[in-house]
Amino acid sequence: MSKLNTAVTKHDHLQGDLNAACSLVEYGDYECPSCGEVQPIIKSLQTHFGNQMSFIFRNFPLREIHPWAEAAAEVAELAGSQGKFWEMHDLLFANQDSLSESTLQRLVHDLGLSEAKMQQASSDGTLKDKIDADLVGGIRSGVNGTPTFFLNGDRYDGSTDFDSLLIVMEQVLVSNGD
Amino acid sequence: MPILIAGATAPEFSLHVTPDQKLSLSELHGKPVVLAFYPADWSPVCGDELSVFNEILPELNKYGAELVAISVDGAWCHDAFAKHKHLHFPLLSDFEPKGETARAYGAYREADGVCERALFVLDKNGVITWSYCSPVAVSPGADGILKALEALLK
Repeated sequence: MSKLNTAVTKHDHLQGDLNAACSLVEYGDYECPSCGEVQPIIKSLQTHFGNQMSFIFRNFPLREIHPWAEAAAEVAELAGSQGKFWEMHDLLFANQDSLSESTLQRLVHDLGLSEAKMQQASSDGTLKDKIDADLVGGIRSGVNGTPTFFLNGDRYDGSTDFDSLLIVMEQVLVSNGD
Repeated sequence: MPILIAGATAPEFSLHVTPDQKLSLSELHGKPVVLAFYPADWSPVCGDELSVFNEILPELNKYGAELVAISVDGAWCHDAFAKHKHLHFPLLSDFEPKGETARAYGAYREADGVCERALFVLDKNGVITWSYCSPVAVSPGADGILKALEALLK
């Protein structure tokens, strides 16, 4: 079974407690329709499980088939560097059907992010390095498409509808209690 | 027949890589080779699998390894699919006689008439050092491939 090769740390984009009983890591792509579809399901799972679960998002832009995926990931990382990762994460998925340079600029502007910092980070490659590191870690962990989920470190190959994820996460919580 | 396993010499093949060009395994001797058999162009899982493999090419380059993917689709079908997905590695057609190469590797699904979702890593002498057959509905990812390539360096 494929296992998460890069441990979750406080440097990750993390919602919930680092040591929550059930850790769900997503490798995703902002231009991937399946990632967009699973986004509200994650939110429902977070509502359901509360502090029993943590959610971690890492970048896996499929650059060859999604021309805006990498630029979108850079904008998310930029927002993250200014403390607004999750706001941008949600906005990018909400706008995933209309990703373009002007959309990304608008989102940067709407969140009040520094466009100067954006340009600087783009030109010095810091955002790209972070995304590449996510990508390589994902490849080494056996990411096999987007989205790919790891549940407490094990790759999850099942369906990503709410009920399927709910059941498997409940099982993880029960087995943790043994 | 189960898929060939580590220690076996990889069976030679010569398959169309474009409608008017063939590629033989022996042409790749001298470097590590990754063979990825997959069921079909255009099916959703294969699309994901090959899109991910497209992204691992820089990692494969670190090992000097060549990746080729093989299915029973025809060369023109491969051509359209590779363009659609912007694939930067060759797709070989195990088309006539259909599935002959996949059979030689134990990677043919007789009942379905398509290749298994099977991966092979070959050393520079064409000997299989690692192989893996994934459930047909599950894309395998590249973690096993990279571990096998790393092991070749030891």
